[in-house]
Amino acid sequence: MNSLTAHELHQLLLNKKVSSVEITEAVFKQIEKNEDKVKAYVSLTKEKALKNAEEADKRIRSGENIPPLCGIPIAIKDNMCTKGTRTTCSSKILNNYLPPYDATIVKKLDDLLAVPTGKTNLDEFAMGSSTENSGYFTTKNPWDLKTVPGGSSGGSAAATAADECILALGSDTGGSIRQPASFCGVVGLKPTYGLVSRYGLIAFASSLDQIGPITKDVTDAALLLNAIAGYDQKDSTSVNRPVPNYQNSLVNSADKLRIGLISDLMGKGIDEDVKKAIKTAARVFESMGAIVEEVSMPTFEYAVPTYYIIAPAEASSNLARFDGVKFGHRSKEAPDLINMYYNTRKEGFGSEVKRRIMIGTYVLSAGYYDAFYLKALKARTLIKQDFEKAFKRFDILISPTAPSVAFKIGEKANDPLSMYLSDIATIPVNLAGLPAISLPCGFSKGLPIGLQIIGDAFAEEKTLQAAFAYEQHTDWHKKRPKL
Amino acid sequence: MTNWETIIGLEIHAQLLTESKMFCSCSTKFGAKPNTNICPVCTGQPGVLPVTNKKAIALAIKTAIILNCKIEKTSIFARKNYFYPDLPKDFQISQYELPLAVNGFIDIEVEGVKKRIGITRVHLEEDAGKLVHKGSARIMGAGESLVDYNRTGTPLMEIVTEPDIRSSLEAKVFMETLQHLLQFIGVCDAKMEEGSLRCDANISIRPEGANKFGTKTEVKNMNSFRAVAKALEAEEKRHKEVLQEGGKIIQETRFFDDIAETTIGMRSKESAHDYRYFPEPDLVPIEPEHAWIEEIKKTIVELPTKKAERFEKDFELSKADAEFLTSTPAIADFFENCAKHYSKPKIAANWIMGDLAAYLNANNLTIDKIDFSPLKLAEMLGLIDKGTISGKIAKIVLAEILKTGKNVQDIIKDLGLTQISDESEINNIIDEIINNNPKQVAEFKSGKDPVIMFLVGQVMKASKGRVKPDMAQELLRRALS
Amino acid sequence: MKIDVEHIARLARLGLTEQEKKLYGDQLSRILGHAEELNKLKTDNVAPTTHAIPMKNVFREDKAIPCEDTEAILRNAPAEESNMFLVPRIIE
Repeated sequence: MNSLTAHELHQLLLNKKVSSVEITEAVFKQIEKNEDKVKAYVSLTKEKALKNAEEADKRIRSGENIPPLCGIPIAIKDNMCTKGTRTTCSSKILNNYLPPYDATIVKKLDDLLAVPTGKTNLDEFAMGSSTENSGYFTTKNPWDLKTVPGGSSGGSAAATAADECILALGSDTGGSIRQPASFCGVVGLKPTYGLVSRYGLIAFASSLDQIGPITKDVTDAALLLNAIAGYDQKDSTSVNRPVPNYQNSLVNSADKLRIGLISDLMGKGIDEDVKKAIKTAARVFESMGAIVEEVSMPTFEYAVPTYYIIAPAEASSNLARFDGVKFGHRSKEAPDLINMYYNTRKEGFGSEVKRRIMIGTYVLSAGYYDAFYLKALKARTLIKQDFEKAFKRFDILISPTAPSVAFKIGEKANDPLSMYLSDIATIPVNLAGLPAISLPCGFSKGLPIGLQIIGDAFAEEKTLQAAFAYEQHTDWHKKRPKL
Repeated sequence: MTNWETIIGLEIHAQLLTESKMFCSCSTKFGAKPNTNICPVCTGQPGVLPVTNKKAIALAIKTAIILNCKIEKTSIFARKNYFYPDLPKDFQISQYELPLAVNGFIDIEVEGVKKRIGITRVHLEEDAGKLVHKGSARIMGAGESLVDYNRTGTPLMEIVTEPDIRSSLEAKVFMETLQHLLQFIGVCDAKMEEGSLRCDANISIRPEGANKFGTKTEVKNMNSFRAVAKALEAEEKRHKEVLQEGGKIIQETRFFDDIAETTIGMRSKESAHDYRYFPEPDLVPIEPEHAWIEEIKKTIVELPTKKAERFEKDFELSKADAEFLTSTPAIADFFENCAKHYSKPKIAANWIMGDLAAYLNANNLTIDKIDFSPLKLAEMLGLIDKGTISGKIAKIVLAEILKTGKNVQDIIKDLGLTQISDESEINNIIDEIINNNPKQVAEFKSGKDPVIMFLVGQVMKASKGRVKPDMAQELLRRALS
Repeated sequence: MKIDVEHIARLARLGLTEQEKKLYGDQLSRILGHAEELNKLKTDNVAPTTHAIPMKNVFREDKAIPCEDTEAILRNAPAEESNMFLVPRIIE
């Protein structure tokens, strides 16, 4: 039962074939069985889950209008604030933090009576691509426990793949939804910047962060996006425009769809198996009547350095508040204020977070701002313009989500630069604020490969339709890891 | 001996009169219990986001208009990064590049001479919280400190002047003029002693005629107009002494000691601040539309200088009277309304500046906070002219109105204060006085004329002032002849 | 590329061990060296992008709404006294 999708379970709930409490218990049974191996969750919220499940069953019995996620177990990445429920960002510095408020999306899901299973592991403050930077533990890829699940939303992707939840929320700053979805063989959608409220998402890089669904299929991604999208007056960057019903875009057609295959992401540094899978996917689209042409994005080679200036710069400022004064860890070695600051942050932050704070502080500091930060903002404009040009010719763009399948735990841990470079396919999308989805499109050495579909700003519908049509012509999404 | 020229530029912070904070909905009220006017946003909880208060922008635009500034088509917020416990996010949302408005001026008048002071920029930011130092009034020597975030996030408007000010007196007058303007247009209550108006100064000196600026110092902690004058005087003197002895001024921040009336250098270890300003990614640009600016313009009342000139001319008042009556919009409105219903503006002005002002001062009130209308004053003044009450009685009536808020007519009736104009009634009182004061009557009759004033006084006393003194005298003389 | 690691760490209020100073010094040099690739891009007449989705004039009305649970904010304080956040001695 816990291996079903949300839309399948919704039908069973409506037909009274199963109750939300039964689904919830099945999910927690799976967690008990596999969590030791997978380690997807930082905290579980079984009590709250069962409370919502009971409420949901009551509502279903009363025959009210039942929203699709009512009574469905959902895992939440542990960088989204849940009032009174420990929220750590997988950082020691927030080990005991009990947020005094709910993130907007947490509140929205609670209002629908979705069932929160727990808070999932991530790279500390969402900085990383493997969950190896978590301050607590590394999550394992359910397809091969010796490999990483990707990151930073590795916990959410692994929990979804391992059926330890029905669906999950992730956040994506440079690929943190799509890359782990790709590594774990599930669907991950990063919406257009501003479509989903960021209020209550613990900021990594404010101009890039966006919350989105991690699900077992495209239909669930549309359902979850319906639930979380929309203007929020608490987020000044959330866009005030009507939100369509994304379920309506689930149409099995790619006829005459103009697809650009990004040639810059099909060359050097991309695994042969990955390239092959993407070419095959392109053929699948063509078989449906789509027109696939190669497109070059010449500024993409600058995306990684651009991102690794902008994101750490914003992060260095966003993470200043973790100083031992108002919440979280405070060092016992605090003879005076300045040493309290030094020691609190020394003890509380892990090495990747420190590294990025250092980079960010450097690129904003006197004498370097123009050469690094301002230069990166200008490069960002050029990258955005490359997309604008491409979307004049194409409805959607496709590429691999990641250059390779999931790598071994520890394989890249000592080489931050090579880790950064593996985000090449996902980062440009965040810099331009666009929507993109990753969905399973094959396997290499027993590990899933992800296809990335990129849409123009607010073109979630077209993106979802292309993904849905592809999914209907393949069965990669039906493959589940054997644990 | 060198003649020195003093160069001063001011940086002013004014708390804006909004109901809620700059970026969250917490109240800006003072005096609440520590950390009760706080929320996740203004305490910098992880994950929160700022949303700009529209009124704060409107008030700053209003100020920019009266300071003759150019309102920028696009302005943005930036983060000013530094660690301090009164700053919950460890950055302050402020404006750096692209402020709200630039290039304005104010005209001030110093000892009868008009002078124009340039305004470099007007921008918005958020206030910090309050630190209480245990075991000491000052930070130095204190033990631990306590932080109250009630004030955190209160909207602050920063006004920066050009280095156009040439003396401590000019600086003081500038601050007084600015205070008056800000209060007049209702953007800030501008009380330096309470911290709703604050001022830092950059000061340097150079030999007269030189065109290069000298090294400047920044003076902080000036908490009154007097302190502004005293601090800058002291700092100016210090600069002169140092330079005349062949020394060098070090660029630094100096703290004004109100008691010793000197400035003290605050040499901090991290003298070179690096605030790492960058555009605030959580906020979007401000591009005030023309229609909005026009709408704000309409809310701006006639400014004090212009109003005072008009009062002088239209109501034939002295300059001093006109200035007094335009000290606040409420007083000006009160006077103008009164003058509409009463034909002798100078007399109305005298009552407002005299008895009414004394009452307000004594009770620490403002004219808009009392139950007294310009119409009531006009009515009372009309009754004096008609002879219904005397000027002296009117003082009692006014005091009673202010105390009770009752109608003029009711008070006069209730207290039996109408003037006695019936001659026979007055003669009854006079007869009584003559009977009771045989000695004085005899003296008068023997030729001591001034004694009549004593008898008039007795009549006034007996009638509780309800008889006109000249009428009492006339009737007395008639009775005694 | 030479980086003053200690100065940057001080600005960021990050305590670093000697080993970390060395490690970050080397890694930052490499990462920022890579970032210098951007100098190949011609950006003379290019406007900077701070927001990918352009927006303007987002405001809220000036209305005071009290926070329901200020206690929950104070409860997270590592040290508290008299309803205030307690911090160690401040040495300027």
